[in-house]
Amino acid sequence: MTDTAAPEFPVLMTGLAINQALDVAMTIDPKVIMLGEDIAEPSGGVYKVTKGLSTKHGAHRVRKTPISEQAIIGAAVGAAIAGYRPVAEIMIMDFLAVCLDQVSNHAGKIRYMSGGQTTVPMVIRTSAGAGRGFGAQHSEMLEAWAVHTPGIKVVVPSTPADAKGLLLSSIFDDDPVLFVEQMMLYWNPAVAGPVPPGDVRIPLGVADVKREGSDVSLISYGRQVHDCLAVATKLADEGVSCEVVDLRSLVPLDEAAVLASVAKTKRAVIVHEAVQLCGFGAELSSRIHEELFGELAGPVRRVGGANTPVPYASNLEADFIPQQADIEAAVRRTLS
Amino acid sequence: MADSVAGADRPDAPDRDTLLAMFEIQSRIKLCDERFRSLLTSGQIQIIYYSPRGQECISAGWGVHLRSDDQVVTIYRGLHDHLAKGVPLRELWAEFLGRATGTCKGKGGPMHITHPESGLMVTTGIVGAGIPIATGFGLAAQLDGSDRVCVVNFGDGATNIGAFHEGLNLAAVWNLPVVFVCQNNLYGEHTPYRMVTGVEHISDRAAGYGMPGVTVDGNDPVATWKVMGEAIARARAGEGPTLVEARTYRFWGHLMGDAMEYMDKDERKAAMAADPVLRYREWLLANGHATDEQLAEVEQTVLAAIDDAVEFAMNSPYPDASELYTDVYATVPGGAQS
Repeated sequence: MTDTAAPEFPVLMTGLAINQALDVAMTIDPKVIMLGEDIAEPSGGVYKVTKGLSTKHGAHRVRKTPISEQAIIGAAVGAAIAGYRPVAEIMIMDFLAVCLDQVSNHAGKIRYMSGGQTTVPMVIRTSAGAGRGFGAQHSEMLEAWAVHTPGIKVVVPSTPADAKGLLLSSIFDDDPVLFVEQMMLYWNPAVAGPVPPGDVRIPLGVADVKREGSDVSLISYGRQVHDCLAVATKLADEGVSCEVVDLRSLVPLDEAAVLASVAKTKRAVIVHEAVQLCGFGAELSSRIHEELFGELAGPVRRVGGANTPVPYASNLEADFIPQQADIEAAVRRTLS
Repeated sequence: MADSVAGADRPDAPDRDTLLAMFEIQSRIKLCDERFRSLLTSGQIQIIYYSPRGQECISAGWGVHLRSDDQVVTIYRGLHDHLAKGVPLRELWAEFLGRATGTCKGKGGPMHITHPESGLMVTTGIVGAGIPIATGFGLAAQLDGSDRVCVVNFGDGATNIGAFHEGLNLAAVWNLPVVFVCQNNLYGEHTPYRMVTGVEHISDRAAGYGMPGVTVDGNDPVATWKVMGEAIARARAGEGPTLVEARTYRFWGHLMGDAMEYMDKDERKAAMAADPVLRYREWLLANGHATDEQLAEVEQTVLAAIDDAVEFAMNSPYPDASELYTDVYATVPGGAQS
């Protein structure tokens, strides 16, 4: 129930909501700059998410870079330490692999290694996820890598309003934030939603109960929140009441909201697109079991991506991605 | 090379104050290094230590050109660079010994010395990784409209890693005020650089990025001072980055305590016999730039400061156990756990 997204606000698609957040941040703070491949005009990003921003704010602030991910993140780290709030774009999340040293060893550790003398207020925006037939190297969800790296915050929005509000908070946060944008959400009218204008921020570390329920908690983030909501609607016809908890940020994690929901429903299904093995759901499931073991009506179930690279063929790709039928099956298993 | 240092006076030499300032920096480095090694070999301290001995003239050469607001990035073999940028001795020693009074509260250690007050912004333990970060400092200076510069130091080994290529290219295309200082000490860890590097002069690589590249004898303080001054002035004037290759020799192994079986014994013996700090001292005396008394006073003052810093560090407490969990994040929201 995102109360900031009242229905009278303009209905936007996710890509435009992100564009608005960047525009607002650059307008209110001259220290916000952007770096990335193809982000400036005329293309405005390969997904058009940064359209118009270099024209409005100048090519010196919206900076088109060489195809040099280490340089993009490294330059953002340096500029951040020197007082800027860089928003670096890694075009596709799989490309994090070529700059992980800058992300993990530098963005993530510099504050700690310096004993708090320097801090790295930067955002790494990256598009991610399967469903577009891009194959194994342009489709991964790698948020668990960053969660496993202390020092980095990790945000995965599901709705346009959340994307805007969380991105604004991420840009003005004093820590490095990995901001994961699923490309299947960008220009999908089915998940468009009301977005408040202006500088409206949603704090990191606050989960959102997207649907209240009493029989089972569906805990998810990003695109799969919409699948959970669809399953919840379907099962409601059978009298099964599902609560849908959208984590919104994985670091910081709103553990209290998760435990409150599961303490109420006694059952939990965790859903994410990332490979299930060692995915974020494993950590979450463990925490729920540790805190609520005696109260649970059954074991926590996980629904995640197959333990494979993302395949190309459309039928295989669909099999890789957790589908609503998989979520529904997990809920039924939890209830049985 | 060394003959010119120990020999006749140089018409291109800087003024006496600058000459003595370089001597003071070199002495700090040399004497700190000697103290670290003596405490290590006598077992009084147990730390990881990467000796910069032999490379003093390079840091002194850029050190005297920099303002306090200029920024420096360096690597795990960085003691000479830390001292040349003016990181205070007490905090530096305490950090090397992992004490709460260190620059980084004992949480960074020798490989991660940071002291923004002195402009020592980042010390990285990852070969080459400081190079892209330095472009970020250059970008910030350019966007600020400031004429401050960033000097980033790295070894010959770093020029074979991708970050070098990406960082130099970005600095060139954005015309950033960064001076790339390759301290070519002839060894990347345990491997002679010519075994793993396709060019004789690393500065030749600058042409591939469209920036000037200069090789200088990094054991010649006057020549190094001149080349560094030109590169820093270019950056300060908004004329863009320069790659400086300063040739030198690493007196000791990669990590203090390694057996150095990969280093040529005669080569090492010759390099140590031509100790650049001692030769510079001789040259200053031979050409009347200073008296032996003056130089001895500099050395005594430095030694006293080192005595004080060692005592301070040794008597400082280790960090409180609670420090394990601080400084991971700048902000952690109330009610949420990370």
